[in-house]
Amino acid sequence: MQGIHDLGGRHGFGVLEVEKDEPAFHHRWEAAVFAMMFAAGRAGATGNSDRFRHAIERIDPAAYLEDSYYGRWLGGLETLFVEAGLVTREAIDAKAERLGAPLDGRVASRPQVPPDPIVGYGAPGCRRTLPVPPRFALGDAVQTTLVASPGHTRLPAYARGRPGRITAQHGGWVFPDTHAHGAGEQPAHLYTVAFEGQDLWGPGSEPGVVVHLDLFEPYLLPRKEAP
Amino acid sequence: MSHDHDHDHETPSGPALRAEALEALLLEKGLLDPAEVDTVIANYGERVGPLNGARVVARAWTDEAYRQRLLADGTAAAAELGIVGGPGGQMERLVVVENGPAVHNVVVCTLCSCYPWALLGLPPRWYKDPAYRSRVVREPRAVLREFGLEVPAEKALKVWDSSAEVRYLVLPERPEGTQGFSEEQLMALVPREAMIGVALVSEPQGEAA
Repeated sequence: MQGIHDLGGRHGFGVLEVEKDEPAFHHRWEAAVFAMMFAAGRAGATGNSDRFRHAIERIDPAAYLEDSYYGRWLGGLETLFVEAGLVTREAIDAKAERLGAPLDGRVASRPQVPPDPIVGYGAPGCRRTLPVPPRFALGDAVQTTLVASPGHTRLPAYARGRPGRITAQHGGWVFPDTHAHGAGEQPAHLYTVAFEGQDLWGPGSEPGVVVHLDLFEPYLLPRKEAP
Repeated sequence: MSHDHDHDHETPSGPALRAEALEALLLEKGLLDPAEVDTVIANYGERVGPLNGARVVARAWTDEAYRQRLLADGTAAAAELGIVGGPGGQMERLVVVENGPAVHNVVVCTLCSCYPWALLGLPPRWYKDPAYRSRVVREPRAVLREFGLEVPAEKALKVWDSSAEVRYLVLPERPEGTQGFSEEQLMALVPREAMIGVALVSEPQGEAA
C-alpha cells in the first residue's frame, strides 16, 4: 500500500533533529511498548514480522507522523491484539479514559473486520530454498513494476516503474506481500537492485548517487537496453 | 517533527496513556509479565549497544583476512566474534559495505526502520523520523551535510534502503594516526553514526598511542 509509511523521496519534513547521547528509551511507556511486542508474539497475535509491519502501516496516518516510533508500534500492537480477539477496542478505551485520556483523542490502531488469518512462519527465519533458479543474473537490466499493491509490499513508491540493475542475488526469502496477509510464505528470489539517482529523481538529482534496494522477483521485469 | 510536546513533566501524551491502558489489560490477562518492562530497559537500554558493530570494524581494520571474510559474508564473519541475531536480532543476512577514497555508503529504511540491532543496538530517533527516511534517498549529500559530513561531488554516494530482511553495516575508513592501536583502542573510536554512514571516524584526540 502506498501509505503514509512509504516515506522515501517525500518533501516537506524539514531538517533532521539529532539528539546527542540520546537514551534507548525516552519514556517508560516506550519500553512498555517494546515489551508488549514480545507479549504479542507469545500470545500468537503477531503471526509474523510482515504482519506486524503491515499493522503499523495501517494505523491512522496522522498518528503515524505525530506519535513517534513507539507510538506507531503501539498502534500496530493494539491492532494485532484486537484482531486476535485477545483485547477489545472498548476495553482499551475504557481503561485509557480512567487514566485520563481524552474521550475524543485520536486512536492510532485500525483493526480490520474481519482480520486476515494470523499465520506464523513455516520454518525458522525468512530464508527458503527454492526449487527454481533465479530469473535474473548479476548485471541484468531490470524494470520495477508499476503496480501499487493495496496490501503490504516492500517495493517503495519512489522505485516503482524505474530502470535498475541487479547487483546481488540473495537466494529465496519469504514473500512479505502474501505472508503479511496470511496468504502463505510463497518464497521468491531476492535481489539487490541499483538505481541511478537521475532515474529516480530526474535530471536535477544530486551527482553520483546510486540507491540500492532489496527487491523480490515478482517486483521485477526484464528490461531491454538500447544497443 | 517536533518532540517537544512529549516531556515527562507535562501532560502525558496520547500514546503514553494508551500504552499504559494496554499494558494494564495485558497484565490482567496474564499476557505480560510484570517484570518484563524492566527487563527490556535493562537489556536494550544498557547491554545491547553499538559496541558489537565497533568490534567488527576494529577487527576488519587489524586483520586483512577477516576484512575479506566480512565483506564476502557479513553474517558468518559477525558470528566468528560471537555476534548472532536472535529473534528480532535480524541478522540472517548481513551485508557490509566498505567506504573508501572513491565511495561513501549510507544506510536507511524508508518503509519502516530496519536496522542491524545485533550490531548497533536500537536505532537513534533521527533514523526512525520522517525527515531522514524521506530525504536520504533523494538528497543524501544534503542530509549528510546536516550531520557535518561533506562528501565531495566526485565521490560516489551509495544509499542502501533496507527494503527486505538483509541488514547493512558500513565499514568506515580507518583514520590516520592510529598505527599500532590495539583492537580495543580502535573500537573506542568508532561511533554508531559511522557504521550507519552519516559520519566518518575521526582521528584520535589527545594522547598518542
